[in-house]
Amino acid sequence: MTGLGEFGGTGATGTTTLTGDSAGQVGLPTEPTVLHVRSEQDLLAIRHAVRDATLTVGFSIVDQTRVVTAASELARNAYIHGGGGTIRIEYPTRPGAVGLRLTVDDSGPGIADIDAALTDGYTTGAGLGHGLGGAQRLMDEFEIRTREGGGTTVTATRWADR
Amino acid sequence: MSFTEAAARERVIGALRAETDTVSDRWVQLQLAQEEMRDIVSESELREEADALLGALLRSLESDIPANRVVATDRPLRQAVIDLSMRRARNGAMPTVTSLAVLSLKEALLEAVQRQTRDSEELFITAVLINRLLDRAGTLSFETFVEGREEIIRRQSRQLLEVSTPVVRLWRQVLAVPLIGTLDTTRTQVVMENLLEAIQEHEALVAIVDITGVPTVDTAVAQHLMQTVNAVRLMGADCVISGIRPSIAQTIAQLGIDLSTILTRTTLADALAAAVKLTDQASAHTSAGAQEKR
Amino acid sequence: MNARPTAGVPILRLGDVLLTGLLNELDDATVVAFTEELTTRITADRARGVLIDISRLEIIDSFVARTLMELTTMARLLGARVIVAGMRPPVAMTLAELGLRLAGVETALNTEHGMAALGWHQSPRPSGEVPDDGTW
Repeated sequence: MTGLGEFGGTGATGTTTLTGDSAGQVGLPTEPTVLHVRSEQDLLAIRHAVRDATLTVGFSIVDQTRVVTAASELARNAYIHGGGGTIRIEYPTRPGAVGLRLTVDDSGPGIADIDAALTDGYTTGAGLGHGLGGAQRLMDEFEIRTREGGGTTVTATRWADR
Repeated sequence: MSFTEAAARERVIGALRAETDTVSDRWVQLQLAQEEMRDIVSESELREEADALLGALLRSLESDIPANRVVATDRPLRQAVIDLSMRRARNGAMPTVTSLAVLSLKEALLEAVQRQTRDSEELFITAVLINRLLDRAGTLSFETFVEGREEIIRRQSRQLLEVSTPVVRLWRQVLAVPLIGTLDTTRTQVVMENLLEAIQEHEALVAIVDITGVPTVDTAVAQHLMQTVNAVRLMGADCVISGIRPSIAQTIAQLGIDLSTILTRTTLADALAAAVKLTDQASAHTSAGAQEKR
Repeated sequence: MNARPTAGVPILRLGDVLLTGLLNELDDATVVAFTEELTTRITADRARGVLIDISRLEIIDSFVARTLMELTTMARLLGARVIVAGMRPPVAMTLAELGLRLAGVETALNTEHGMAALGWHQSPRPSGEVPDDGTW
C-alpha cells in the first residue's frame, strides 16, 4: 500500500495543524509586527504596540504589565547598547495556550559574558543593571544569542492559559 | 489491481449518500451499547454528533483531498472530531469511551459498504481506506481528549490556588494572608496579586504574611517572601511575617538568608499586635509631623 | 498655590509641599525635563516635602525607577522629603519581580495618605491653626 509511507508524515502534519487551528479560533494575527528601535520616541511606540498585542492575546492586567515592562527593558537595551535594532512581535500557540513572543535584534558589539549580563546589578550603561535579568524573570521563556562583533538577539515568550 | 483506491472512495461516498441515516443510527446504537457510555452523552447529543460528523465526512470525501490528509486538513471534519472528544473529556468519560466512539463508526460504516458489495477484494480495499481515514480521526480524538483533561486540571489547580490563598481583614487597615503549603513562583504571584489588590481596596497600612503552614523555607521560598514584602512596600504599606518556627529560624540562619530588613514575629497574635502598633504610629507620626511644623 | 506646566506635567505648591504627578505617556525626554523642573522648583519654592502621584503610570521600567530614586536623593540633598504615592498593584508586582525595591524611596497608598504623611490633613482647621512657616 502506498499509504503506509505517508502515514508517519501526516501524523506530524496533524499536530501542527491542531495548534494552527487554536490560533485561528481566537483570531490571532498570523503575521508578525516588526518595529524599529532607533530613537527614544520609538521606545514609547513599542510600549504602545506591545500593550495592544497583550490585549489581543487576552493577558491579565498583571501579565500585560509584565510583558510591556519586559519589552521596554529589552528595547531600551537594544537602543543603548546595541545602537538600535528591531523588535518583532509574534503570537505563538501550543495546545491549551496562546502566547506573545518578542524578538529583539540589535547590531551592537554583542554581549561578551551572558551569565554576567543576566546577573542583577550588572550594567555597562545608564540603566540600573536589572534590564536583562529582570526581563528574564518577567517572561516564561528567555533566550539570548550573541555573535561576537555581530549583534545580539533576545527571544522572550510569555504564555497565557486559556 | 482492478479495484482502485479511488473506486473504494466512491464506494464509501455512495454508502454514505444512500444510508447516512442508517449509518448514523447504527453508530449511535453501538455507542449506547457500551457500558461506560451511560450518563456521559445523551442519545440526542450522540445523534447531533453523528449527523455533524457524517455530513462533514461525506463533504470532505467528495473534495479532492487525499484520504490520509482528510482529517488533518478539512476544518469542519476536524472540528466535528474535536467537539466529540472535548464533550467526552469534559463530561468525565474514560479514555476508552473516546477511542471506542471512533472505532464503532468504522464498524457502522463497514456494514453500510457491505450492503453495497459482496466482492471480497472491493471490501478489503474499502476497509483499508476506511481504516486509514478513521485512524487519523482516532488519534486526533485522543489528542483532543488528553488536551481537554489537561485543561480541566489546569483550571482546577488555578481554582485551588485561589481558594488556598485567602486575604482576610484582621483589623482596621490590617490584612493577613495565611499561607499553607509550599511557596513556588506561581503561588507567590497569586498571593501577591490578591494581597496588593486587597491593600488598595481596603487602604490597608499593614499586611501580615503568616507562614505557620509553610513546611520549609529554603532560598527560593525566602526570595519569594522578600519579593512579596517588597511589592507591599512599593504600594505604600508595611509587611510583617509571622509564624516563623524555631526550626525555620534555624534553617534561615544556616542558609545565610538575610531577612533582617523584614519585621518578623513568631505568632499571628504577636504580628497583629505589632501591626496595630504600626498603624497607630502611622497616625501619631503624621500628627507629630504636623506639630513639628507649627 | 500656583501651577506651571512643563513637559506637560503641572507642579502645584501647597504651603511647603510640592504636589505633582506623572502621566502614563512618559518618554525619556519628558522624564529628564520633569526631574530638572522639579529640583528647580524645590529650591525656588523652598519646599520641605514633595508628593509625586504615580497612580496613572501603567508601567515603571528600570529607567523610570532609577529616575525616581535619583529624584529622591537630589530632593533630600536640597532639604525636601519625597513621597511617591499610588503605585498600581500590577506595577508593584512587576517591579518586585524585576528586583527593583526603589531603595530609599518612601511610598504611600495614595495622594491622601502621602499628603498626611507630609503633615497635611484633610479636615479644615480653624484659621488660628494654619501652619505659619513663612512660605505663605
